[in-house]
Amino acid sequence: MTDLTKLTIAEARDGLKNKDYTSQELTEGFLKNIEAANSSLNAYVAVTADKARDMAKASDAKLAAGNAGALEGIPLGIKDLFATEGVHTQACSHILDGFKPAYESTVTANLWADGAVMLGKLNMDEFAMGSSNETSYYGDVINPWRKNGSNQDLVPGGSSGGSATAVAARMCMGATATDTGGSIRQPAAFTGTVGIKPTYGRCSRWGTVAFASSLDQAGPIAHTVRDSAILLKSMASVDPKDTTSVDIEVPDYEAAIGKSIKGLKIGIPAEYRLEGMPGEIEDLWQKGIAWLKDAGAEIVDITMPHTKYALPAYYIVAPAEASSNLARYDGVRYGLRVPGNDIVEMYENTRAEGFGEEVKRRVLIGTYVLSAGYYDAYYLKAQKVRTLIKRDFDLAWANGVDAILTPATPSAAFGVADQDLHSDPVKMYLNDIFTVTVNMAGLPGIAVPAGLDKDGLPLGLQLIGKPFDESTLFQVGQVIEDAAGSFEPEKWWG
Amino acid sequence: MSVDTDTVKRVAHLARIKVSNEDATRMTGELNAILGFVEQLDEVNIDGVEPMTSVVEQTMKKRADGVKDGNKADDITLNAPVSEDNFFMVPKVVE
Repeated sequence: MTDLTKLTIAEARDGLKNKDYTSQELTEGFLKNIEAANSSLNAYVAVTADKARDMAKASDAKLAAGNAGALEGIPLGIKDLFATEGVHTQACSHILDGFKPAYESTVTANLWADGAVMLGKLNMDEFAMGSSNETSYYGDVINPWRKNGSNQDLVPGGSSGGSATAVAARMCMGATATDTGGSIRQPAAFTGTVGIKPTYGRCSRWGTVAFASSLDQAGPIAHTVRDSAILLKSMASVDPKDTTSVDIEVPDYEAAIGKSIKGLKIGIPAEYRLEGMPGEIEDLWQKGIAWLKDAGAEIVDITMPHTKYALPAYYIVAPAEASSNLARYDGVRYGLRVPGNDIVEMYENTRAEGFGEEVKRRVLIGTYVLSAGYYDAYYLKAQKVRTLIKRDFDLAWANGVDAILTPATPSAAFGVADQDLHSDPVKMYLNDIFTVTVNMAGLPGIAVPAGLDKDGLPLGLQLIGKPFDESTLFQVGQVIEDAAGSFEPEKWWG
Repeated sequence: MSVDTDTVKRVAHLARIKVSNEDATRMTGELNAILGFVEQLDEVNIDGVEPMTSVVEQTMKKRADGVKDGNKADDITLNAPVSEDNFFMVPKVVE
């Protein structure tokens, strides 16, 4: 029998409808893979095997009765940032020890309503703060990819490192993820998977642990462009419980796949060509340009002069919002409490022990830039720069550009505990240099695997789209996928 | 702009995070690296630029001011480290 865990969501959807196999068989296959791989890769922080089996059984009944949902019987992994009723939900932080919400996030509720099966909760950087999945209280996630002939452990990227690893190592068919500065697209690029951050307001933020509320968006990580379109269709919705959810009907993203890109105008922004960027990244970019040109797209050079200011502005806006959002973790209502002589000392002890180093760093930066006398110099200025970053994009759209092509990351996956990156927090932050502009402007962005570097590690290209024009990203992304092929790590684990 | 160790301690207290002298010294260096990085923004001409308030042009949604949800005291205190009769228990606040 074929290995069911090697199927795409689109294939499994058809196979389940044809009764070629059951969701229970599919689910058992993934539970087996998780059991074999998790001690090596650490992608899951909680496996909900009983729940998965129950959900698969219910899906099989629905499939038999002919009233299957769009994702009926498809086994998924859920990032630990999404509230899942009665199930481990801790944003991979010590401060949320034991937290099991009495409610379900809108995104996951949408998935279950469409018939998806939950395999468990996925590892991530603590509170989604990190680019290597090394800030989790539950330990590092290991990338299933290794350099040719090497057994060095590499990071899967972050913060959705567990999601990316679980998909790449066939520990789920697809995964939910979130992206505040690149946390879907960078790990997707590092693991040879597809990840899309939709337009701000497309997926409800209700029930998703907040990091930086004006930037956070949920999206899927999957094996193919089509699978990511299928997942996003189910995750996205208009939600009265989130005031920033936008009242636009969710289109059928899959319908865009396979459509010709002839005549589409693809912008190439000169400012994404960084000094000291590896030649392989530039080569990959040129390859992507050639593929799109061959498929009939018109390639135009564009200029986005404020690109380099997106990352510094982000490191004011995101920590400022985080310091406010994380004020709720005080040892009173949920999670960890560390006693003190009075209530203030209890707060201080709880937060000192409950938060990891990166989270503390960002809360302190955020508290500082919002403190009396500094608000105008930092936060207000950063929000003005943000207006200029968005204006760069608006000008491109006004000039008829349909989508923008850039590299997804400035490098391939790097080693776990990399000395150079850990000696200076800013160096780690530079991982998000190509992705963070998209969050600052609230736009959709997709990372699609486009090739392997000289060491055999995956590299990705990013497409940036107009607000609520995810369809064009799937349409163009499919052209890249068709030209580049797909990439599977050589199995060394479990 | 840069911070000194006393400022880091003051900010840590504002953020209600206990820091040791050793922590504060280490964090001072890290915070200054980040503040040095964001200083690039001084190069940008922001004269007459409005600060961004929302990436999506949308009027804030409003709902009718009516009770639609509630009576969930058990759920709300479910995860509390210490609770009694649906109250959160904290160290004595008022003498």
